[in-house]
Amino acid sequence: MADLVNLTIDGKPVQAPPGTLVIDAAKRAGIEVPAFCYYEGLSLQAACRMCLVEVEKMPKLMTSCTLPVAEGMVVRTETPTVAAARKSMLEFLLANHPLDCPVCDKGGECELQDMTFRYGAGESRFSENKVHKPEKQWSPVVFYDMPRCILCYRCVRICNEGMGVNALGIVNRGVVSEIAPNKQDHLECDECGMCIDICPVGALTSGAYRYHTRPWEMEHVGTICAHCADGCKTTLGVRNNQIIRGNNRDRSGINDEFLCVKGRYAFDFYNHPERLQSPLLKVDGKLEPVSWSQAIETVAKKFQQVREAGGKFAVVGSNHTSNEEDFYLQKFGRQVLGTGNIDHHRTGDVPALLDALSGKTGKLAVSADLYQRKAVLVVGADLALEHPFLSFQIRANYRHHQAHVYVVTPRPVREDAVAAVSLRDACADVFGPLESLRAKLAAEPELVIVFGDVVKGEAVRRLVDFGESLGIPVKYVALVDYSNSRGAVDMGLLPDAGGLALPEMLAAGDLDAFWVVGANPLKAGELRSRSAFVVVQDMFLTETARAADVVLPAACAYEKNGTVTNVCGEVQKLKKALGTMGTKPDLEIIGLIAREMGAAPVMGPWTAEKVFDEIRRSVRGYDIPVPVVAAGGAAQTMPVNGRIPLDGRPDLIRSARDSLFTSGTLGRYSKVLNSVVESRNNR
Amino acid sequence: MTLSAELEARFDKLLKSYPPGRQRSAMIPMLLYAQDELGSVTPELVEEVARRVGVEPLQVEEVMSYYSMLHRKPLGRYHVQICTNISCLLTGGEELWQHACKKLGIGHKEVTADGQVSLEEVECIGACSWAPALQVNYAFHHQMTPEKLDRLLDSLRKAQ
Ligand code: SF4
Ligand code: SF4
Ligand code: SF4
Ligand code: FES
Ligand code: FES
Repeated sequence: MADLVNLTIDGKPVQAPPGTLVIDAAKRAGIEVPAFCYYEGLSLQAACRMCLVEVEKMPKLMTSCTLPVAEGMVVRTETPTVAAARKSMLEFLLANHPLDCPVCDKGGECELQDMTFRYGAGESRFSENKVHKPEKQWSPVVFYDMPRCILCYRCVRICNEGMGVNALGIVNRGVVSEIAPNKQDHLECDECGMCIDICPVGALTSGAYRYHTRPWEMEHVGTICAHCADGCKTTLGVRNNQIIRGNNRDRSGINDEFLCVKGRYAFDFYNHPERLQSPLLKVDGKLEPVSWSQAIETVAKKFQQVREAGGKFAVVGSNHTSNEEDFYLQKFGRQVLGTGNIDHHRTGDVPALLDALSGKTGKLAVSADLYQRKAVLVVGADLALEHPFLSFQIRANYRHHQAHVYVVTPRPVREDAVAAVSLRDACADVFGPLESLRAKLAAEPELVIVFGDVVKGEAVRRLVDFGESLGIPVKYVALVDYSNSRGAVDMGLLPDAGGLALPEMLAAGDLDAFWVVGANPLKAGELRSRSAFVVVQDMFLTETARAADVVLPAACAYEKNGTVTNVCGEVQKLKKALGTMGTKPDLEIIGLIAREMGAAPVMGPWTAEKVFDEIRRSVRGYDIPVPVVAAGGAAQTMPVNGRIPLDGRPDLIRSARDSLFTSGTLGRYSKVLNSVVESRNNR
Repeated sequence: MTLSAELEARFDKLLKSYPPGRQRSAMIPMLLYAQDELGSVTPELVEEVARRVGVEPLQVEEVMSYYSMLHRKPLGRYHVQICTNISCLLTGGEELWQHACKKLGIGHKEVTADGQVSLEEVECIGACSWAPALQVNYAFHHQMTPEKLDRLLDSLRKAQ
């Protein structure tokens, strides 16, 4: 490592690697230098001049956000000259800023408000008229209020650099400068809201949150996004048992402060008017509301009858329920119902990858690897649409570490913009293009290979053989679709040898009981066993729930505790943010059925903690440190230490290819996602 | 959009004048040369330049809205830029400006009905030593007086 540079900041001796900016060196030494335009991880702008500091032997105040540390430098961050300079910078900023803090969404967490408070530029010597322009709505999500904007360029940079979308710019100059969207009067973009959250003031506000509450009136609950498999931490702002916003400004998760439109805004399925709030029982062909006890009793009795008659069960689990629920469900199926007909909608060939890697260690990438490793190869996935966070990581890796990115996809993807080589595999054979990359890849010091569902079954083994033959350290990620698709596989929501897989369950004419937890297999399929007793646990009356004999209203991911495992095998904690009347978490529902059937002793208690303990003891690779997960961190499972049972049914693996604004059945019930799709269609 | 052979050649040369990956640096000269040929920067030209330098049209718009020498509307055949910055102001630039406006019956960034002459009040054009100064297209006219201006404007209005 290069020698550290010695300098003094506010009388404190400080050491920092060469190239460190004074503002960062100060921060690491616990000294905060105010900044509006500087933002760690984004390009330098030096537009606001709030970060001015005094540096000995330099004639003028310096912008610490652009000044690299130098040996022997003596910096003072809070002298009367500095304070006076900051005060006058604030006076300039406020010259055109409305005094509407009392009605501004940002009030209470506004950086301009804080700084004005600190440096006291509350009075202005400017008597000119303020430039006023009416507020504009650029999309269902993004609103812009020009007078509040302090032209720090944060939004422009996060959109260009962080998101790779380039949807925002600054037009005009001087006092009439303002932010402009890419399509004259509206935005055509990811609707991620990154620009809104990064705005230091209330110039950009979100359709979801604006004028709803004050930041200090909410409780902030850090949990995991309910949508895709990337596992972003989203901090939900909850007030009066309602989620008002999602963000991750505290940078507490693996995703730092990244969230896509789904994690930030699409929590709003939980209070959709069609949300089920009472169990339903089919009476004369019609679903009627009944009490929980009656519904549970009906299910338990029927399950018992079928079991005693030696009938045939089939159990379908979810891509969204917690590890605990998945584990409990498969255990119930196997040990209480005595069936091996257990499955879920499989979205990526994780078992094949684990199998191909058996006996090897350190072969599974975590999400941080995509940001840190020197080279990344993306095979057959449009990450920017299907895995927004992984895509963000790769872009950041390219920006910050000049990572080499290789892309082999059927169509152009956003990663092309940062790729060293992009190849189109028109004939759907990825190995041709891969071979042509062999020499380049082998010359890399290390590599992470991310592959979608085009690579499955034997192809996964071939891909691993290819990777291992490069002679460099290679790590892998098998992409899966949803928030706990990975957990569903790991927990064993897969058929036993000889058991029925999902399409076979639907096709079998002789099922006696069909139990679906948080899945919608009848959306595209049909259940041939017309006389089967169908039990569905779900939040909504989906196609599958409509066909049920008993529907049990389930709590959503934001309404329960537990754990989920993301696409990279990182286990993180779900934290209950609120409750919806009439619903129960699936774990409790399954527990109640077990108790009613007298199976409680076999199944054990249905608290998330107890089940997680059992998972740690009995699921391969899940012996992870509890404190890490309990503290809201991510612990990677390490399941690659021996062959795992593999039924080798690549034909059943099919990613739903959800894009930015869809999210399987769940997405249909998000008002935000619907309004975004609608506005895009109407344009 | 199709461009003249000269403009194509210019664009190619400009794009090659910057190191790989820095092609966006060619944006302003491209816009200026194209404006000279087409008379203004049209929305199609914005798209075209964006495509060629590899940025979003919005990023060309940022530049367009910043620089006053890039025009969205066609100018006159002769674009007269009169300086009213400090040196010229002290030596009668303001009077020249007023005089020109009155004589042509047009104002700042406006064009005569026949499309022959347009006016623009500009900041220092770097000819302070010979103030008051003005510019007709790319030609400078020094030490102007209202009489010289009259003769100049008359000749421009007749010129073909
Ligand atoms: S919402 Fe996201 S994609 Fe859209 S302008 Fe803002 S940062 Fe860019
Ligand atoms: S909108 Fe916000 S983030 Fe963007 S430049 Fe203005 S103040 Fe900065
Ligand atoms: S990337 Fe995936 S996990 Fe992250 S916020 Fe978006 S949908 Fe949620
Ligand atoms: S933070 Fe340094 S100039 Fe804005
Ligand atoms: S002030 Fe007119 S040319 Fe300089």
